[in-house]
Amino acid sequence: MTRKGKYLNYITCFLVQSGFFIAIPFAHAHVEQSQAISFVTGLGHPWSGLDHVLAMIAVGLWGAQFGNPAIWTLPITFPLAMSLGAMMGLLGMPLPAIEAGIAVSAIVLGLMVLGEVRPKLIVAVILVSCFAVFHGHAHGTELPAGHSGFLYSMGFVIATGCLHGLGITVGLIHRWPMGKVALRGSGGLIAAMGFFFLWQAVA
Amino acid sequence: MKSHQSTTALLFTGVAACAELLNPLDAGAHLLTTGMGPVYDGIGHLLLTPEDLIPAMAVALYAGLRGKDPGRQTLFLFPLAWLIGGFAGLMATSIPVFPVQILSFLLLGGLIASDLRLPDNIITVIVIAVGTIHGFYNGIAMEGGPGISGLFGISSIIFALVAIAAALVISLRAAWARVVVRVTGSWIVAVGLLMLGWMAKGAS
Repeated sequence: MTRKGKYLNYITCFLVQSGFFIAIPFAHAHVEQSQAISFVTGLGHPWSGLDHVLAMIAVGLWGAQFGNPAIWTLPITFPLAMSLGAMMGLLGMPLPAIEAGIAVSAIVLGLMVLGEVRPKLIVAVILVSCFAVFHGHAHGTELPAGHSGFLYSMGFVIATGCLHGLGITVGLIHRWPMGKVALRGSGGLIAAMGFFFLWQAVA
Repeated sequence: MKSHQSTTALLFTGVAACAELLNPLDAGAHLLTTGMGPVYDGIGHLLLTPEDLIPAMAVALYAGLRGKDPGRQTLFLFPLAWLIGGFAGLMATSIPVFPVQILSFLLLGGLIASDLRLPDNIITVIVIAVGTIHGFYNGIAMEGGPGISGLFGISSIIFALVAIAAALVISLRAAWARVVVRVTGSWIVAVGLLMLGWMAKGAS
């Protein structure tokens, strides 16, 4: 088997296994009934809001377009800043115009991908961190009653990281000329959706 | 492998499986008969407690990132420290309230995410401290239950996990693969920060 074929097999196995993990129902094997469901609730929460999903994917797309080291710096920065935002929410520290902030994050990140903008890394990190605080404040604290905060947080962080991973994987099309155009187009689409969310937030 | 070789291998496997089915032994499914029940209780306790499992894995990942020597040292020191801490926990008369899981998440996740190159003796201190403190709380949990056997189960599964995880990370050569480990570290810190938030909310 060729090296390429071997890697393809690994990827296929990984995707099939991931599919099983996503599709399996709760086992409820343990006495503490809310344990499994807390994790799955956290895992599912980031996918429930399109504004959040688009911004997460945009971070991955921008990182992939930016190249090394932003490709890994941005996805490391985002969960950390997002957790700080969630902490602010949990401590009752108010943040103005949260929904508008999330919509603006989709607009700005989308525009960055559309324009293939490459500011200094520190500028990109600060920009992404600021937006992550809004996302964390809005979504990280939405724990349903009776759920485990720890397992919900774990699921939430993992799902957010997977969305970044999805963005990075899609963003790898940047290597091909057609892919480069498609990537910039997707950035434009995300920005357009961001404008729609902003209109919804302020209307 | 050629196709006739793989067919022969499949045939041999099938024959061996049939022979095994025709000559079954006692399953020994009820662990009371083997005396291994408390050991498996300990193993199960660690595997089903992410508050302990993740710091244990994080120690292994960080040791792996630092290379062979810290990896080897951690492989033996960490389970031993956990066991000694567990013995102390078994003898403890009161439970000290201390957010050990949160601190472990923040410290170990931060070390992995930043890929900080600490001196070997500092790594040793961290490994022993994390092992002892987590072991201590496990010892308290095991008291009146699986007891010492449970602690041996926990230590043995930690040994196995550290061996697998640290060896895997040490073997990584591609830069992106090490980055994946560091991203995992950032997730651990993020969860630690959220836990800190939940704790503060509960306390307020």
